[in-house]
Amino acid sequence: MESCAFQLQVVAVFILISTEFLTMENNIKLLVNNISVVYSDVIQVLKGVSLIIRAGQIVSLLGSNGAGKTTTLRAISGLLKPENGKVTEGSVEYDGKPIQNSSPEEITRKGIIQVLEGRQEFKYLTVEENLRVGTATRWGKPFKEDLELVYRYFPALQARRKSLAGYCSGGELQMLVIGRALMAHPELLLLDEPSLGLAPLLVKEIFQIIRRINQEQGTTLMVVEQNANMALQIAHYGYVMENGKVVMESTADELRENPDIKEFYLGTAASGALKSYKDVKSYKRRKRWL
Amino acid sequence: MRKLRFHPCGNFKETYEEELAIFETDFGRLWMLIGIVLLFGVIPFVSSPYILYVLNIIGIYSIAAVGLNILTGYTGQISLGHGAFFGVGAYTAAILASKAHSPFLLSLLAAGVMTAAVGFIFGLPSSRLKHLYLLIATLAGQFIMEYVFVNWESMTGGAEGIVVMGASLFGLDLGNDRTFYFVIFAFLVLMIWIAVNLKRTRYGRAFIAIRDNDRAAEGMGIPIFRYKLLSFAISSFYAGLAGALFAYFTMSITPEPFNLWLSIEFIAMIIIGGLGSIPGSIFGTAFIVILNELLSHVTEYLMNVGASEGMAITIAPLREFVFGLAIVLFIIYEPKGIAEVWRVVRSSFRLWPFSY
Amino acid sequence: MDFFLQLLVNGISLGLLYALSALGFVMIFKSSSVLNLAHGELLAIGAFLFLVFSTWARLPIILAFGLTLVGTFALGFVVERLFLRPLIGENLIEVIMMTLGLGIMFRGLLLFIFGGDIHSYPDFLPKSLTIQWGAVQIPSVNVATFIIGILFLVIFGFFFKYSSQGIYMRSVADNQPAALSLGVHVRRVFALSWAIAFIVAAMSGIVLGIINGINVHELSAIGLKVFPVVILGGLDSIGGAILGGIIIGLIETFTGGYFSTALKEIIPYIVLIFILMVKPYGLFGLVEIERV
Repeated sequence: MESCAFQLQVVAVFILISTEFLTMENNIKLLVNNISVVYSDVIQVLKGVSLIIRAGQIVSLLGSNGAGKTTTLRAISGLLKPENGKVTEGSVEYDGKPIQNSSPEEITRKGIIQVLEGRQEFKYLTVEENLRVGTATRWGKPFKEDLELVYRYFPALQARRKSLAGYCSGGELQMLVIGRALMAHPELLLLDEPSLGLAPLLVKEIFQIIRRINQEQGTTLMVVEQNANMALQIAHYGYVMENGKVVMESTADELRENPDIKEFYLGTAASGALKSYKDVKSYKRRKRWL
Repeated sequence: MRKLRFHPCGNFKETYEEELAIFETDFGRLWMLIGIVLLFGVIPFVSSPYILYVLNIIGIYSIAAVGLNILTGYTGQISLGHGAFFGVGAYTAAILASKAHSPFLLSLLAAGVMTAAVGFIFGLPSSRLKHLYLLIATLAGQFIMEYVFVNWESMTGGAEGIVVMGASLFGLDLGNDRTFYFVIFAFLVLMIWIAVNLKRTRYGRAFIAIRDNDRAAEGMGIPIFRYKLLSFAISSFYAGLAGALFAYFTMSITPEPFNLWLSIEFIAMIIIGGLGSIPGSIFGTAFIVILNELLSHVTEYLMNVGASEGMAITIAPLREFVFGLAIVLFIIYEPKGIAEVWRVVRSSFRLWPFSY
Repeated sequence: MDFFLQLLVNGISLGLLYALSALGFVMIFKSSSVLNLAHGELLAIGAFLFLVFSTWARLPIILAFGLTLVGTFALGFVVERLFLRPLIGENLIEVIMMTLGLGIMFRGLLLFIFGGDIHSYPDFLPKSLTIQWGAVQIPSVNVATFIIGILFLVIFGFFFKYSSQGIYMRSVADNQPAALSLGVHVRRVFALSWAIAFIVAAMSGIVLGIINGINVHELSAIGLKVFPVVILGGLDSIGGAILGGIIIGLIETFTGGYFSTALKEIIPYIVLIFILMVKPYGLFGLVEIERV
């Protein structure tokens, strides 16, 4: 009996050391370890998702609608709670400390900021006031330099700083919400579909800015996107989700060259033309992910 | 003979008619039949006069509450003037009965139509106002009508009010509570039947569309202003009819009962009962009326006890306190209202012993 | 002419009183979009608490005033925690009903403790504040009201427009999920806004108590009078509340002075409906921005 307990202890210590080692060695910023998420105690959305985000990288998360991408982000940022969701199994470790099921107030103060899907601006606040809300994690001070920084990245915002956010265009709003998140000095920035409803040129611009933020500020980024082509161009690493599971992961370059990804997300087959769904092979390949 | 229908274990509806059916199973019809037989055949003959009085009050208020639920629960427009609409109906019926000696049914109908017209007028601000601003506009309507009740003395008799002659219907004297019981509940059943069926028509669907997203409803080609006004008019018609019954029931009316407090009670009824639910309006009304009666009995009892010990007056406010507390607790613990409790209880009976 | 001037002065004083009563109401609306139907009772709570400290416990006025503020602040926290926090995320109408239920509850409780009689404070305002100008007289209380009103206007105007905490409060009222995602402490904002609203209501309640005496029924009736005032100015505008208060006060005194006293109760509401038909969000209210 006793020796058994001792053995367990040894194993536990070993696991602890090894994870510590892993974290230190490979510069892991965020470790999502086999999490399950259940909404309202009945609907299971994530079924064992594991991700690793290394410091200073851009990681993109791809997948069709309802695959669980947004839920994964919410599980990391703590915004599951208002939606009545919960991480029931597994752990989310940030800088080696578990943060699953913490409140969003705590998590944002650790430096994880999520930019919500669909431009959740504060309609009745001016652009500048919107940006100032981003300073909530440190009681509002200081904000002057940060404002200048944001205006450097998004000059379009400076021109509109006194106007109500509710009257801004979609492109300006997307810049606004990213800028607002930057105000919080994020170490890990979670972007949920930054290209939603934007013109192709604007999408390009936004993604270039995202890359610049990553390079100049050293911010680690996780980008959920439907525009897989764009996302894989700027990302270092990518994950593909389907039905609440990660079905594929690789470096961004490899993903871009992967025939399945090409077929289902980039919309081109090896020959360059769209494949027909009558094609039995593609059907099988799709099935293999599920 | 067609087959009896039971609850299916899944969604097997094949036509829109099935989807729209009021009764999912023949059990529903059976229960309704049993309910109606109980309502008209048993209850009035076994209840004591006091119970009958309370039931009558519940019946009258229920009609008005169903009306408010059409406006608030279906169309999503909150009104703080329903109590005054109720009063308009009461005054119209009372004036017609005392001054023109109009027959019972005619003055009932006239009260309904008159109140619908007043409701229409006070619904006009809804063309431009929304949410809280509309709420306050209806509050303004409440105060303006209260003022009219008190100050238009030539018609309403001012603060002294009007005495209504006992009415008769088909040669029956409606003076006693039992005959009046039949009239009230016949009207209640009729009005519920109308309200339930309203939900299945294009009007009802338009109302619900406006509640859920008025901009989108407008985009779908629903003339929202016209439908909002219609909703105000229908809901006021219910209130007016109920008010007229109230006038005949109490035989004398003064401006006092139709104050803001009554409007608040109506809103409390539909919230406690369940917004947008017709049975909910009746449960809510029953809850509020019974709570009021119980509280007045308890305070009366305590005052009698207290009078011997010289602390009589101080207990009366407790009634208000408990009333407020009941609303507060209901909203915290069952925000969907009694209708939801009823649904859960019913389905757990139906599904017993397998809970899902 | 003198009659006209006196009416003018009375109207403005009354209006400032209304405006002052409305401030706490606007506070809550601005930071949590809740229409507080218990506002009259909040006024009464503050007034009675001050009565307990100043008259019953015979504490010095300054100390009594301070204790009232601390007490109402704490009470605001408790009320928010017990009754309003469970409703975060529920429908608007349920929250409104909750404030209504709370109001009824408070009124019952206050009546139970203090009874329906009129109480009054000891006279403590300096007489030197009274302004005599020809035949027109402005009593010291009204001067004090004016000063307090302007003070509030400036303080809260700056607070909401420039301070970080004020901006966070507005952001929560605007878009709760987004505020959460940026780390705004939403629960703390709600608690704080109720606590501040309790304080502001207490101060207004005390001033009202000095002028009219302290009576549960009257103070809770003022809670209803607040509606035309704030709606007229626009629900979320503090400056609007002050102007709305003055307009309603003037309308009331002039109809009372030149027409009839019965009419003055409803004229504000009639004016209100007409103004709302022209400007649906009040004179200074934020126009709702709708994107479909």
